[in-house]
Amino acid sequence: MSTLLPHKFGPYGGQFVPETLMPALIELEREFVSARSDPAFNKEFDGLMASFVGRPTPLTHAKRLSEKLGGAQIYLKREDLAHTGAHKINNALGQALLVKRMGKKRVVAETGAGQHGVASATVAALLGLECVVYMGVVDIARQEPNVFRMKLLGAEVRPVTSGTQTLKDAINEAIRDWVTNVRDTHYLLGSALGPHPYPTIVREFQSVIGREAREQMMMDAGRLPDTVIACVGGGSNAIGIFSGFVKDSGVELIGVEAGGSGIASGKHAARFGDAARARVGVIHGTRTYVLQDEDGQIAETHSVSAGLDYAAVGPEHAMMRDNERAFYTSATDEEALNAFQTLCHTEGIIPALESSHAVAEVIKRAPTMRKDQMILVNLSGRGDKDLNTVIKELGTL
Amino acid sequence: MPVVEHPRTMAGYAEIPPMFGSLFISSVLVKGIIMNRIENAFKNKPIFMPYFPLGYPDLETSIDIIEALAKNGADLIEAGLSFSDPLADGPVIQQATQIALEKGISVRKSLAAVAELRRRGVTIPLILMGYFNPMLAYGLEKFICDARQAGADGFIIPDLPLEEAGEFQSINGDMPLIQMLAPTSPNERMESIARNAKGFIYLVSVTGVTGARTAISDGLGDLITRVRQHTPAPVCVGFGIGTPEQARQVGALADGVIVGSACVKTIGSSDKPVEAAKQFAMEYRDALNKIQR
Repeated sequence: MSTLLPHKFGPYGGQFVPETLMPALIELEREFVSARSDPAFNKEFDGLMASFVGRPTPLTHAKRLSEKLGGAQIYLKREDLAHTGAHKINNALGQALLVKRMGKKRVVAETGAGQHGVASATVAALLGLECVVYMGVVDIARQEPNVFRMKLLGAEVRPVTSGTQTLKDAINEAIRDWVTNVRDTHYLLGSALGPHPYPTIVREFQSVIGREAREQMMMDAGRLPDTVIACVGGGSNAIGIFSGFVKDSGVELIGVEAGGSGIASGKHAARFGDAARARVGVIHGTRTYVLQDEDGQIAETHSVSAGLDYAAVGPEHAMMRDNERAFYTSATDEEALNAFQTLCHTEGIIPALESSHAVAEVIKRAPTMRKDQMILVNLSGRGDKDLNTVIKELGTL
Repeated sequence: MPVVEHPRTMAGYAEIPPMFGSLFISSVLVKGIIMNRIENAFKNKPIFMPYFPLGYPDLETSIDIIEALAKNGADLIEAGLSFSDPLADGPVIQQATQIALEKGISVRKSLAAVAELRRRGVTIPLILMGYFNPMLAYGLEKFICDARQAGADGFIIPDLPLEEAGEFQSINGDMPLIQMLAPTSPNERMESIARNAKGFIYLVSVTGVTGARTAISDGLGDLITRVRQHTPAPVCVGFGIGTPEQARQVGALADGVIVGSACVKTIGSSDKPVEAAKQFAMEYRDALNKIQR
């Protein structure tokens, strides 16, 4: 059987799911392809992106941070200012409109940091869909404000106690729910991973970040950035902003993974950074780089940021890494926490801990660059949700 | 080759004189043996096919349990390989495989357990059921080769649908990769999947994960009829069968009855798991024997 859209990214991607779900994936792909060429769908999507999400999000020239670092000029793509406080809403809205088109009434979602859960609960409320969000109990504890927000928005939050009780296990439970209720339920997957067509759908709905940012750089700075930096958990915000520059061969693309307590400690989520434990494997329906043990059991990961705490990376990133269109590095918990504070102090912006990993890379890189060079950072989310974690990590300020 | 080292009592194996070189056996005869073993299993339908994870509650006991199932009425056994993220499984099998992993089960040890079952004279087909990643990590070619040498008869890989099976099949050759069909599979898809089915069809009776249900779904008879339009292969039904009575109901319609979670739960919760396995197999065998066909 063939797919309408390419279902692999080089050797990565694919559809490694139980047969019960295959017809749903085929239907989803068909619906997505037809929706994207339907002016009415695009009009509704673009309309809500403007009137509900608040797009376009601004581009901010971070002058004081640039000055402090003494090198490249730093520009922030402000996804933290999108409705619900992160880029996740772009994809959640797009998929929810597909759900309406398919005539389904119920969505299930997984969430790590809670941002995708909040985005899903929000669009479900907007469009009158029933919404169940699966969240690991470890993440529930560290992202409590978002749990409350999801409930306020009318979603049911189901705690996941299996396995490592984080994002990976929330995805398992969401898939189990989906396979059980597939006839009337859509799995609103929040990152650029999972089986085809999800990585492609998520990239397409997130590509608005890259399109806007490219235009804004041309308008505000008069040219393209030298470097684009984004954090990479599953990789949806990164693929979203990268997609706007992928054809501009002069623009360097940098993804930042969660270095946790350091690669050597083994407590991290740096799939590209740990050659000893990350191998190509299959998890959650896709073939990609996966942190695992010798026997192919998925490894426990660690990051101070729940949204990056995941053992696999989106398959398109795996391809971009292999063909060297993008480069990947990592930032430790400590570096991310320092970057978090630096951005608060210099720019008056409280970033999400996930996005702070991207800022950490800026702090390393900008001083090595000339003052006429430019870095564009995807500030994928705001940090209000992380205050409990930060207080715990930093003590009293 | 284990074929030479451990002559089987079963028809297919006993006929192989030890003087044949292992190369010849592996390239020509094993195919016949494996297929014969599965075909033989279907001589008296409906067949009883329990699932049990290797390594649960520990490796040694799981071997004893599977031996007891095999020698007390099971016609074919699905021997489970454990995986940290079994997304097609319900809570019972999740917990059992998690315990197996905590006790140190691995693909290598699982294959050694299959070889041990053969040494103990278990002659019914043993199908390895597991997720794709541990097989990839082991090395697909090596996994298939070692599984064959250990005495396995085929594979069930729930996260390897038709679209992704090519790579495995190109290495696999003649060992059947059992194809799964679901209630959601449209006719056209059923036809493509069933066309090349080897061994038997694993028909998932309900949308959902593994685990006993309170009742057999009403549409099962129609679903089986639909599958049979596309293939002469035996149709075995799994997911949701949790009592001998349900097995009897399903067995009246299908060629085989797959019982997983109920088997794991009953045996796993017993103080005397090997005895419980024996009882379990006998009860289901009895229930299926009562069917008038």
